Amino acid sequence: MSTWDFETRLREALQPVDPPADLEPRLEMTLGSLVEMAADELDAWELRAMKDPRNWPRTVLGPAAAVVIGSGAAAGLVILRTRGRRHKRRAQARNAWDLAERTFRDAAREAMRVFDDIGR
Amino acid sequence: MAAASDSAREDKARLDAAFTDLYRAHLRDVYSYSYYRVGNHHDAEDLTEQTFLQAYRHFERAQKESQGRPLRPWLIRIAHNLAANYYRDRSRRPQTPIDDAGPLPELHTTEAIVEDREDLNLILECVQQLPDDRREALIMRFALGMDNREIARALGRTDGATKVLIHRAIKQLEELVQAEAGTEAT
Repeated sequence: MSTWDFETRLREALQPVDPPADLEPRLEMTLGSLVEMAADELDAWELRAMKDPRNWPRTVLGPAAAVVIGSGAAAGLVILRTRGRRHKRRAQARNAWDLAERTFRDAAREAMRVFDDIGR
Repeated sequence: MAAASDSAREDKARLDAAFTDLYRAHLRDVYSYSYYRVGNHHDAEDLTEQTFLQAYRHFERAQKESQGRPLRPWLIRIAHNLAANYYRDRSRRPQTPIDDAGPLPELHTTEAIVEDREDLNLILECVQQLPDDRREALIMRFALGMDNREIARALGRTDGATKVLIHRAIKQLEELVQAEAGTEAT
């Protein structure tokens, strides 16, 4: 028998084997129940997560805290930048009232720049 | 949270649908492989079931890591590992002769059918005598029709090493069959 013949015989000997007819539906049922169990588990986890007060800060207070912290940071940045120009303002101001006006204008301008930076 | 969970559910549904496709496409491959590894239908069913359950657990990661490549070698590798555990846990070897695996090719006379069946049974018996890696490579090549690259991925070898492995397996099997046939003739 040549090698080619032998391989042909080997292919005939090792034919693919069809699974029993009941295996496919049985396995599908098992996998289906696994999927359902996973979905139930997800629902139960969500309910548990919502009932647990430890998760409230993350779900409810989280966004509010982000807004407060973000606003604080922006305000801090405006103050820092405005303070950076205080010597120049003092030198240019004619009196206390003029200095206050210049400080207010600088602060407004810096605030606009910070908002522009955030928007970009 | 509701939007996130809806999105998670959609992802899960997509994943499940993809897994169903994979399962339907390769049930026969996994079953054939399991059958030729363990040698009987009962354990082959168990092994096939375990393979798909294991595959389901790790499907998402496998899909990401496969980068679009076929997942058949991955499935067969799972079956291969489970079959190794099966032998280790129960200290078993494949049962020989293998149950009647499937329909034989069309033949003309009763005598020819008997002779042919004997030939094929002899080949199957000799396949079971091969070292594990050689036997597996032949099952993947001839029962599942996998190419060298797929077999290499399933066995965790290089393409070159797999080619050599298959070549040597066929050679050894041929010698075994000739030796057995000679013994039976005398």
